[in-house]
Amino acid sequence: MLQILDENGKVINEDKKPDLSDEQLQDIMYRMVYTRILDQRAVSLGRQGRLGFYAPVAGQEASMIGSHYAVDKEDWIAPGYRDIPQLIWHGYPLWQSYLFSKGHYKGGQMPEGVNALVPQIIIGAQIVQTAGVALGLKKKGKSQVVITYTGDGGASQGDFYEGMNFAGAFHVPAIFVVQNNQYAISVPAEEQTAADTIAQKAVAAGIEGIQVDGMDALAVYAATQKARQNAVDGNGPTLIETLCYRYGPHSLSGDDPTRYRTSEEDDEWEKRDPLVRFRKYLEDKGLWSEEKENEIVEQAKADVKAAMKEVEETPRQKVSELIEIMGNELPYNLREQLEEYRAKESSK
Amino acid sequence: MAEMTMIQAITDAMRTELKNDEDVLLFGEDVGHYGGVFRATEGLQKEFGEARVFDTPLAESGIGGLAIGLGVTGFRPIMEIQFIGFIFEVMDGLAGQMSRMHYRTGGYYDSPITVRAPFGGGVKTPELHPDSLEGLMAQMPGMRVVIPSTPYDAKGLLISSIRSDDPVFYLEHMKLYRSLKGEVSEEAYTIDLDKADIKREGKDITFIAYGAMVHSALKAAEQLSEENIEAEVIDLRTVSPVDLDTIIESVKKTNRAVVIQEAQRQAGVAAGISAEISERAILHLEAPVARVTAPDTVYPFASDEDIWLPDHNDIIEKAKATIDF
Repeated sequence: MLQILDENGKVINEDKKPDLSDEQLQDIMYRMVYTRILDQRAVSLGRQGRLGFYAPVAGQEASMIGSHYAVDKEDWIAPGYRDIPQLIWHGYPLWQSYLFSKGHYKGGQMPEGVNALVPQIIIGAQIVQTAGVALGLKKKGKSQVVITYTGDGGASQGDFYEGMNFAGAFHVPAIFVVQNNQYAISVPAEEQTAADTIAQKAVAAGIEGIQVDGMDALAVYAATQKARQNAVDGNGPTLIETLCYRYGPHSLSGDDPTRYRTSEEDDEWEKRDPLVRFRKYLEDKGLWSEEKENEIVEQAKADVKAAMKEVEETPRQKVSELIEIMGNELPYNLREQLEEYRAKESSK
Repeated sequence: MAEMTMIQAITDAMRTELKNDEDVLLFGEDVGHYGGVFRATEGLQKEFGEARVFDTPLAESGIGGLAIGLGVTGFRPIMEIQFIGFIFEVMDGLAGQMSRMHYRTGGYYDSPITVRAPFGGGVKTPELHPDSLEGLMAQMPGMRVVIPSTPYDAKGLLISSIRSDDPVFYLEHMKLYRSLKGEVSEEAYTIDLDKADIKREGKDITFIAYGAMVHSALKAAEQLSEENIEAEVIDLRTVSPVDLDTIIESVKKTNRAVVIQEAQRQAGVAAGISAEISERAILHLEAPVARVTAPDTVYPFASDEDIWLPDHNDIIEKAKATIDF
């Protein structure tokens, strides 16, 4: 397992340490703090019934931000439903992520120039699509890569194997990140597979595989940065397993983690908290302060408020609009139903 | 014009579009060097190169995902599923992903994908090769389901499917691949999707069919004509969505309808059409809408398929019962 920072924020693997400027290091911390606040606010908004589906991310910041920080703005991202933070940092507006959460179709309209698929609901479907996106980029002669995310449960799906195998066989620029957060809802990782690591599953696809400490932003960044370089250099895909932990429930839709894990276990993982560890590292270098952090917290809270306002001002979607976006050309049945629903909507 | 079998017309359509648009890609299992298990893609890799026409690893869900990813990066994929029975492996790709791409991204992304698959009975294939699964496919909003019955239609409909920005499930009846020939223009031409075709005009009864059953319906119509019963034969060509205008107009003229499909009776295309006719034209009917179908079993092993599959005699019998009602 690749690890660069220990739990006290000390560098334990000097020769693997990525070459990042002070500003970049601060930027990673900034993004992790901001993401933690977004998560806390989303959980709270969810409990108030102001959001729709939401999958908490606290505990996974190093895995999410560390990996995403290593890809370029022009690269593609194929996220699972929990991977909203990476999408946000890729240019997906926060208010649209809330619309997605509420099931509003406008949440799926990526802004022009944001190379991203809509968060995937079906476990593993993004993995096979990633092989296609990567092949498309290769065929167009682009130097972009595609990064995709799933969890430990996703690594059990057939699509996980098919996608990695295709990407390997076609030798395309893809990065597969499995965020092993220890539980697929309630099923622990050790019941998910008899393999010692998920990273070793890369061997079967003939691609690179690496397991990293997913609570260590520097390690995740270093592994992803190397994977990206390999992809751009034409050396094919990489599978990265990030060992991490989600502090919250699987989603806000009724999951109760106390039914399948202990508070001792939670405490054990919280000792490795990615924010605490990185904060110590930056403080030792004189690059971080409580004041700086508080500014980020306030900014994130203000951004959430503004985004919620925008969402609450967005008109409710109409069934007639949903009919209209079924495809480019509306067939007979939909044209007929469109008229019916327009009439229904105008009479209300 | 040239005489072509249906499979030649299908190959010709793909050649036409590979030539016409460099973003058209063709891939699947054995489609490259080998030219497809039915030779539908014969010669295309040689003509257009391995970058445009290529083999994939053996994994249908992977093929579907590949098509979706290539679609969003600007390509126009034609993906082949070797036999319809293998479609279950890629149902998420079809129903869960490509058919709803436009919808869930609010029109931001499309799936300009053509999914080709051979289907249909009467050629003694193993189980899970010939099944008529078009009714299942027709349940997917956002996906068109096209089934040609002649070489001419096969080419025009396939070109339209490839050019469509929405996904099309294009089913090729195995029995029709080489059993009939027809005149096909060597030029690029299109046939509108969602439009049925009247393959034979008649005034006494309407036969609504698609795929190989169009030919059984035509044979039945010819024999009935000897008894002075003139059947109109509608070839649906697109089974989802169906062209109800053409059907209802015909039923209003003939006042009787028999819906014919090779598939099992339960649910499916014929059931939907029967319901639509009842809702839209009941007062024009002189008899209940009849259906000619296979029984509600799984597709049988080859030794039973001759009896299991409906044929022109079943259609004649049902037509006479409808007229005598």
